[in-house]
Amino acid sequence: MSQNDPDRPPAGTGSTSTALDKPSPPQAAPAPAEGSSLWTGVLIAIGAVTLIGILAFVLSLVGVWTPEFDWPSWLVRTTTTVQKFSLMIFAIILFVVVMSLILLSVDRGRRIRSWVVPLAFLAPTGIMLVFGLIYPGVRTMRESLFDRTSENFVGFDNYATIFTQDIFQIVLRNTFVWVLIVPIIATGIGLIYAVLVDRTRFEALAKGLIFLPMAISFVGAGIIWKFIYEFRPDQEGVNQIGLANQILVWLGREPYQFLITAPWNNLFLIAVMIWIQTGFAMTVLSAAIKAIPDDIVEAARLDGVSGIGMFRYVTVPSIRPALVVVVTTVAIGTLKIFDIVRTMTGGNFNTSVVANEFYTQSFRQFNIGLGAALATLLFVLVVPIVIYNVRQLRLSEDVR
Amino acid sequence: MTTTSPPAPPAPTAGVKKLSRAEQRAADAKTKLSSPWASLLAIVIAILWTVPTFGLLLSSFRPEQEIKTTGWWTYFQNPGLTLDNYDEVLFGTTTQFSTFFVNSIVITLPAVVIPITLALLAAYAFAWIEFPFRDTLFVAVFALQIVPIQVTLIPLLSEYVRWGFAGSFWTVWLSHSIFALPLAIFLLHNFMKDIPQSLIEAARVDGAGHVKIFFRVLLPLLVPAIAAFGIFQFLWVWNDLLVALTFAGGTPNVAPLTVRVAELSGSRGTEWHLLTAGAAVSIVVPLIVFLSLQRFFVRGMLGGAVKG
Repeated sequence: MSQNDPDRPPAGTGSTSTALDKPSPPQAAPAPAEGSSLWTGVLIAIGAVTLIGILAFVLSLVGVWTPEFDWPSWLVRTTTTVQKFSLMIFAIILFVVVMSLILLSVDRGRRIRSWVVPLAFLAPTGIMLVFGLIYPGVRTMRESLFDRTSENFVGFDNYATIFTQDIFQIVLRNTFVWVLIVPIIATGIGLIYAVLVDRTRFEALAKGLIFLPMAISFVGAGIIWKFIYEFRPDQEGVNQIGLANQILVWLGREPYQFLITAPWNNLFLIAVMIWIQTGFAMTVLSAAIKAIPDDIVEAARLDGVSGIGMFRYVTVPSIRPALVVVVTTVAIGTLKIFDIVRTMTGGNFNTSVVANEFYTQSFRQFNIGLGAALATLLFVLVVPIVIYNVRQLRLSEDVR
Repeated sequence: MTTTSPPAPPAPTAGVKKLSRAEQRAADAKTKLSSPWASLLAIVIAILWTVPTFGLLLSSFRPEQEIKTTGWWTYFQNPGLTLDNYDEVLFGTTTQFSTFFVNSIVITLPAVVIPITLALLAAYAFAWIEFPFRDTLFVAVFALQIVPIQVTLIPLLSEYVRWGFAGSFWTVWLSHSIFALPLAIFLLHNFMKDIPQSLIEAARVDGAGHVKIFFRVLLPLLVPAIAAFGIFQFLWVWNDLLVALTFAGGTPNVAPLTVRVAELSGSRGTEWHLLTAGAAVSIVVPLIVFLSLQRFFVRGMLGGAVKG
């Protein structure tokens, strides 16, 4: 991970290892003699099975052949705990056996050509990525141009729906507000906290407390905060059980429907995401602060800079690359936020966001086309942030 | 992402320097925090970030009637703890969290082991084997990180249905493994490139093939990296809702804890004795992992922040 290691060959050139990797013929010659033809056979068999699988998949895609499998029920329908754990152990053993066979046959086989090795190392990953990311991604983009049953071509109608209909206007507005507020506030609080606890006696504990929410699932965090926002009507003999409303009552105010009163309820959902992401921001920024060269701090101090001035003119400019990375990273995570909204309001009361609306349209309304368009929109929104993020990463590497 | 992770062990020469630097800055820190307002602000933030979890955990041990009528802060005037909520949430016929807990474990282990193994092999090939289009392929894998999983869900689901194993553990394992691969390959590749080339060279001179080099030379050196990514992936899978909801549905046969908790929040949103205990059950494993492996955990989190 240490990008500033001077000994490391620059990434991407790959030229340093070229001379080594090309197996020179005299060296490669004795190897096949040691290999066994049994393992070569195993390798060929694995390759053949893989090819048949790929062929079957392609044939089924074009509709020439329909897969009809009657898997044994212990394989696909596990009901008891014993069955589940047995299946898990079976799956892991199966995986280990297959991988061992591939590796052993590459290592022990007779006359293994040089291109077989990288192929064997990369093929499982490549097949999975094509099957699980590339093909579905392309298909979703295509489906976004079709109607709810993905039968009739409708052009950009789904996108027109998203950008013109009122309920989707609210969805887009909410997503925009989320992506605007969460990164800024989470990074801001994380930065201030990182500076405040830097090199104090309780630093480890203090940072652990803020970082703890990162370990909690969005669902768990959703419950934690729903409990805080819980509303009880303002009546004689009725106590508030949610902390937020109790504080309002202590302050002499009336209890408030935090999760129901639109549009402000969005802000109270956003608070949950800030609560989770601040720990991440604080940790990254704290590491960056510790990496500020001493001479800079020293020189500033000799010039009489201290306190807020140090923060404003030394700390913040020095960690600018880290700040950019944190803001963009949190923004990407926020753009895809789903669990918090799903758990706390289910997207009701005008709190839906793009990722949640994708789920609702795809799996509740069964409007495949619209769901696909929302997913594609998410993809399109993420791309510029990621590109910016990567470019900043590159820049910060160059600076160092 | 990777540049900003000095929790990695410092270079050997930095050890001496760091000490003096720490001493230098101690004086600085003193002046900085001597302001009572700064300390107060730090304490307020720390409390704000801790109290919500504390309130939930404390409530989960209070009797049902008290949870529903009084706030957890009244506990200190009226103490009384019980395990009844946990008993009901884990073993009650309507909640059955123990079943979903088992599902979470069964889902998580293979979904961590499989992608790490595959990614290790792929990262090794990208780092230390020369083959045509290597750099292009690596950039392509790197770029796949930006695909949001939402884009893949419906086509994947319909494939699983077509091949007849929808609604089984296999779909969840496979999906989590696929989604983890781009990031895992990228991170492990970075670690592998940091290993001195002379080590690999020496092994090759001794006649070791790629498989031997991978297992004998690289794997032992990569243990910290594997641990960091393993913890990240573990938490990602354990805490995931979207993938589980899509592929496992809500059935007690496959669905993990997160799905059950989210469902409970929707259908029985006022049953706070169940919700608090249920949420506590679902967060206890990640919390234990966090508290015991904090060092690796932070590193894994820093590395894997853009996933999803």
